[in-house]
Amino acid sequence: MRNALIDLLCELADNDPDIWLLTADLGYSVLERFAERFPERYINVGVAEQNMVGIAAGLALSGKRVVIYSIVNFVTMRCLEQIRNDICAHGANVVIVGVGAGYSYGAQGYTHHGLEDISVMRALPGLDVTAPGNCLEAEAVLRVAMQHDGPTYIRLEKDAGASASLPLKDIERGRMACYREGGHAAIVATGGMLGEALGAAELLERDGLSVAVWSCPWITPLDTATLDLLTQRHDVILTAEEGVINGGLGSATALALANVAAKSRLLVAGVGEVLSVPTLSQTSARNYHALDAAGLAARLLSVCSGHEVSDLLG
Amino acid sequence: MNDGLDDVRAETLTHCNDSIDLARRARLHVLQMVHHANASHVGTCFSIADILAVLYSGILRVDPSQPQHPDRDRFILSKGHAAAVLYSILAESGYFPHTFLGKFCDDHSPLAGHATHKDVPGVEVSTGALGHGLSLGCGMALAGRCAATPFSVYVALSDGELNEGAIWEAAMFAGHHGLSNLTAIVDANGLQGFGTVREVLNLEPLADKWAASGWSVAEVDGHDHPGLRHAMTQAAARQKTPTVIIARTVKGKGVSFMENKLEWHYRSPNDEQLAQASAELEGAS
Repeated sequence: MRNALIDLLCELADNDPDIWLLTADLGYSVLERFAERFPERYINVGVAEQNMVGIAAGLALSGKRVVIYSIVNFVTMRCLEQIRNDICAHGANVVIVGVGAGYSYGAQGYTHHGLEDISVMRALPGLDVTAPGNCLEAEAVLRVAMQHDGPTYIRLEKDAGASASLPLKDIERGRMACYREGGHAAIVATGGMLGEALGAAELLERDGLSVAVWSCPWITPLDTATLDLLTQRHDVILTAEEGVINGGLGSATALALANVAAKSRLLVAGVGEVLSVPTLSQTSARNYHALDAAGLAARLLSVCSGHEVSDLLG
Repeated sequence: MNDGLDDVRAETLTHCNDSIDLARRARLHVLQMVHHANASHVGTCFSIADILAVLYSGILRVDPSQPQHPDRDRFILSKGHAAAVLYSILAESGYFPHTFLGKFCDDHSPLAGHATHKDVPGVEVSTGALGHGLSLGCGMALAGRCAATPFSVYVALSDGELNEGAIWEAAMFAGHHGLSNLTAIVDANGLQGFGTVREVLNLEPLADKWAASGWSVAEVDGHDHPGLRHAMTQAAARQKTPTVIIARTVKGKGVSFMENKLEWHYRSPNDEQLAQASAELEGAS
């Protein structure tokens, strides 16, 4: 994902002399290709995220389009006030790229678990919050972000696959994308959870449940029109995110559905209010939080089965 | 529009050749504004009034009638709590009508208590949380030195603000990258939230700290207009390093009962104090 994103950024920078890239001393073996091609527009500011955000805002307010790069927590929370005041309050054209989202750095301890970033970034006014599920989505999000008048946060992890099944035309700013049709329920996944959601749908098919899978690359702005449509189509909607549920995609969806007469039942899968386990691989962490395909499938199966029972009783 | 800024600067020089009088008028505006709004920060406005008056009297290459001119010099009031005096200087310079000042902090007024750019011509960025301005200035200076018509960037900091770690991230950055078109001015009035800077978190030797980060350092009396003008002119001429001007100032400067008094960081003058302070400032003309 990182490589695809930087390759595209190089392509865009070839045609736009105002594109700059800043890093806070992370991105070894990823950013060199930009640095070598555009040395005058690449700066490693050192390990100083607050300064990086301020510099990016200052450049953007002087007519540049600036991409800043670091690990999720460092580039969102270490410099949160700078993002709020210097970028968002001024509508500065800065794209914040956070890598290693969720449990990507699973066994590396609490400090590197990127779990609260969606919630925190969602609270900021005027900031697009995105979590692409695969390389195709990442490229589409970056293209949109670099044209958009205002800032964007891009949350990256590993490619969840399924790029081949996605028509490019389906990715527009603020739109969800359908990867699989289904009737009984729908899973709305963001970021790398797309892969787990598709896996869950396959498992459920064996149990006779037909489940739609949608990817939600833009948590802000949220595709409320499609969500509204899903509530008309499905009895159950399950949101899936590798992050805390307080304030994340599930919260955003609940808020959106609270404003319409939604008949669907909403289930939210994510990380609860617990301190993360410091040493779990991403695979193990997804299993621990029931965020893997089996966990998501089990959650839906129990609820959908319950629906069937109550329908019979009713 | 790439014409006119040099002419404008010359006109500004002529128009405001008495920066001392500009500072006096700005202080009088501030008194009325903080009294009207029952607002804090009169002391900090008075300590930096002379610095701003000199900056806007021929140092900054700006055109008040074209506040978004791409070639303009940028000024950032990183100590955004001194907004009232910046607004006063901007109004006096012709950026917006004086009537704005009379609505300081009123509901839906563009002039908020901390520096706010929205709908306020001449305010580059919104500030108020300390420690942000120098990084913004670094970004603008990077853009300024590779612009078709290079521009300079000036950032005003408070000494208490230098407690913020982000300032030193930016200081190291500017020194490392030789941002010679960047000038920081420290309004060193020696007071911060709970007492003197020396008591709360001693900054000295302050000049050495900046020098160690690769900056050229000038220390001046922050109320001496020719001295300030000389230091700013020298800063503008430097080619290799950023410059910091450590301006030693007096909080509440110009009003006897406010000078060097911590409480005038917080208090707003009552009617009687307003009258006395105004009389003292009027008498200084």
